[in-house]
Amino acid sequence: MRKSVRQLGFYIVLIALWHLVAELKIWPPYLFPSPLSVLDSLRTGFGDRTFLIGMGISMKRILIGYGFSVACGAALGFLLAASTLVKDTLGGLVLSLQSLPSLCWLPLAVLWFGLTEKAILFVVVMGSLLAVTINTETGVRHVPRIYMMAGRNLGARGHRLLLHVVLPASLPYMVTGLKQGWAFAWRSLISGEMIFVSLGLGHLLMMGRDLNDMSQVMAVMILIMGIGYSVDRLIFENLENRIRRQWGLVAA
Amino acid sequence: MLETLSNPKTKLHLRDVSRTFKTPQGTLTALEGIDLEVREREFLCVLGPSGCGKSTLLNLMAGLDEPTRGDVRIDGHLVEGPGTDRIVIFQELGLFPWLTVRENVEFGLRMQGVPRAERHSRAQKYLRMVHLSQFERSHVHQLSGGMKQRVALARSLVTEPDVLLMDEPFAALDAQTRDLLHEELERIWEETGKTIVFVTHNVREAVRLGDRVILLTFRPGRVKREFPVKLPRPRNLEDPKLTLMARTVVAQLKEEIDKAVEAEYGYEEKR
Repeated sequence: MRKSVRQLGFYIVLIALWHLVAELKIWPPYLFPSPLSVLDSLRTGFGDRTFLIGMGISMKRILIGYGFSVACGAALGFLLAASTLVKDTLGGLVLSLQSLPSLCWLPLAVLWFGLTEKAILFVVVMGSLLAVTINTETGVRHVPRIYMMAGRNLGARGHRLLLHVVLPASLPYMVTGLKQGWAFAWRSLISGEMIFVSLGLGHLLMMGRDLNDMSQVMAVMILIMGIGYSVDRLIFENLENRIRRQWGLVAA
Repeated sequence: MLETLSNPKTKLHLRDVSRTFKTPQGTLTALEGIDLEVREREFLCVLGPSGCGKSTLLNLMAGLDEPTRGDVRIDGHLVEGPGTDRIVIFQELGLFPWLTVRENVEFGLRMQGVPRAERHSRAQKYLRMVHLSQFERSHVHQLSGGMKQRVALARSLVTEPDVLLMDEPFAALDAQTRDLLHEELERIWEETGKTIVFVTHNVREAVRLGDRVILLTFRPGRVKREFPVKLPRPRNLEDPKLTLMARTVVAQLKEEIDKAVEAEYGYEEKR
């Protein structure tokens, strides 16, 4: 209760300050819009459904791209943890590729796939896949030996051992990877959508720029932040808390 | 009891079993020339100082490890890998924190592909046996040390293995809890007719539980002596006969512990 009061207070003060600075008219309103005009843009955007359509398109893309990253990234992570050959060869490459900002893939994606849906998805996948991989690998490597022994001892072999012991036992690390992967995917998606008429949120951002409509730019930015934050809170934080409770990593 | 004696069928048979490990300091012989027969329904306790290869012996029986020489047989068949006829209860237990108590108990059945409803009822039967029915929905971290031991016991019993291999399962518990678990284990052993191999470094525990106690030497582990324990059951730790028996075993064990201490601290400590 006190926490939410504090948070609410903080945002009220922040918006009031913003309003005050805008009222001082140090910068022209088309460069520094007031909160009210941003709110107005939000209302118009939702009113004529452009924002809803943009959100829908972006969400669809991220579901495909992120879904692919999670499936392939986790598989690659398991492979890295299971085989020293893969670790010695691919391991270094994975780490060095992970240091590339996802925007670096953009020129390559555009040349390979043109200004298409595929180019955006490619950037999303390249941006997020390796974060999932690296955390999965760490998770699998940290599975206590006793769980493996207990699992084998109780008759788990091969894919069952993987599915019923290794996977759940590495979950605390994997969740970190899923969360990181999501954040990277979301960022990559927005950057990717900014390159052409893609109709997603990133495109709406660029449209605001083209129309010299700073209010719309800020409105879309708020939308992007809002979605990023909500997914993190509603999905990943819940997941993490659930695992912590189950495992007894926090006092209940 | 009479039936056990008149039916001395061999359950586990170790013949000339040795196990060596390669370490940076050279080759370590954990076990050497172990000949051992465990009879059906026998409660065998394996005793020895830490580092004498007790756990290695258990892992060989479990099929989680392979002997360097010799062979391990169960019911006359060569042991090649783990099997559901033998279950190990590790000291660290290895209960799965992501599962509830009942799901932990059901795990072995699930791996065997037993249908849900049957899994359920069989798990409940064994949870009742260890008096944990009320806790079936709890998670592992919510239980006390003794309760975790009982979950591990139920989880091992549920697949109805012939042999239970227990690796110092009660070492980390307080004395009262251990007493209680001794009683429960003795009762369950009598009810279910399992063959139990119980590894411990606690002499009184060994004498309290075993039909027979074997004492291993320190590095390399060999069978130093065997003590049949003919005290009537249920036994009590305070029984003077049991204490007396323990004392003779302790004297023998002491020699081996001294050797272990020497190996660990070096010779300069010796007066």
